[in-house]
Amino acid sequence: MPGAGEEGPHLPDPMHQFEIKRIFPFEVFGFDASFTNSALFMVIAATIITLFTLLAMRRGALVPGRLQSMAEISYEFVASMVRDNVGTEGMKYFPFVFTLFMFVLALNVLGLVPYSFTVTSHIIVTFALAAFIFIGVTLIGFWKHGIKFLKFFVPSGVPFVLLPLLVVIEVISYLTRPISLSVRLFANMMAGHTMLKVFGAFVVAMGLLGGWAALAFMVAFTGLELLVAFLQAYVFAILTCIYLNDALHMH
Amino acid sequence: MDAEAAKLIGAGLASIALVGAGVGIGIIFGNYLQGALRNPSAAPTQFANLLLGFALAEATGLFGLVVALIILFVF
Repeated sequence: MPGAGEEGPHLPDPMHQFEIKRIFPFEVFGFDASFTNSALFMVIAATIITLFTLLAMRRGALVPGRLQSMAEISYEFVASMVRDNVGTEGMKYFPFVFTLFMFVLALNVLGLVPYSFTVTSHIIVTFALAAFIFIGVTLIGFWKHGIKFLKFFVPSGVPFVLLPLLVVIEVISYLTRPISLSVRLFANMMAGHTMLKVFGAFVVAMGLLGGWAALAFMVAFTGLELLVAFLQAYVFAILTCIYLNDALHMH
Repeated sequence: MDAEAAKLIGAGLASIALVGAGVGIGIIFGNYLQGALRNPSAAPTQFANLLLGFALAEATGLFGLVVALIILFVF
């Protein structure tokens, strides 16, 4: 958060912004199921997306207005992504990819608002999303190809002696997919926000005279973070498409 | 050596992974520009691949950063 630090030589803790606070403490069978600020921002993101799509497509005019154009562009963007990467039979999974893309994008962009909370900067959230995708894609693969889906781990056209080694490598690379998918999003968001916070503290620490240079840096980095927020949502969605394509078409 | 000092050194060493991310991003954008200047009409079609490669290269470096943060804040 820019400029949220305190005056003086003591710089504020850049990790403080990731703290989860309970808003409504709540317990189910001994598990802590409180309504936290993380959950609050997920609800806000879901509400924004729902209102955006509902309001934009309310009239469904033939010649779209500004809001309707935005909704149509985002629809067409994800639809072409799915069509290019998975093919027309992948359009069955378009609603899921669209929801995923819009949800991650909304969470990433919401996190850039000062004093807000970035849900995607917590690995448990991104890992839950990635694990859901991984399990779902594996089930789709087995459901579509049956036991033949295991051939996915056997690369074609390699010498027989190398096969045991390559199969192990293929299985490991398949199993690391949810980890790399979740850590990519989480690390990008956390690193970016920590960097913004550190530079925000510099602005305050350098005072009225020297703070302008750091402030200019901050503005540039906020622009970069906006790009990263979009890019990571895009990469998350496109990798989901690629995994889906692997499961449906097997290489 | 003090455990706290070893922790800080370890975190610093883990951050070296970002060197690789820098090299990778440079290679991706440099090669994209080279290709784009040779054949400008094909450049827009590969823009999505450019962004994908950029994000993948950046993420591998950030894994190192995550290791550094885990060392600092978890142990």
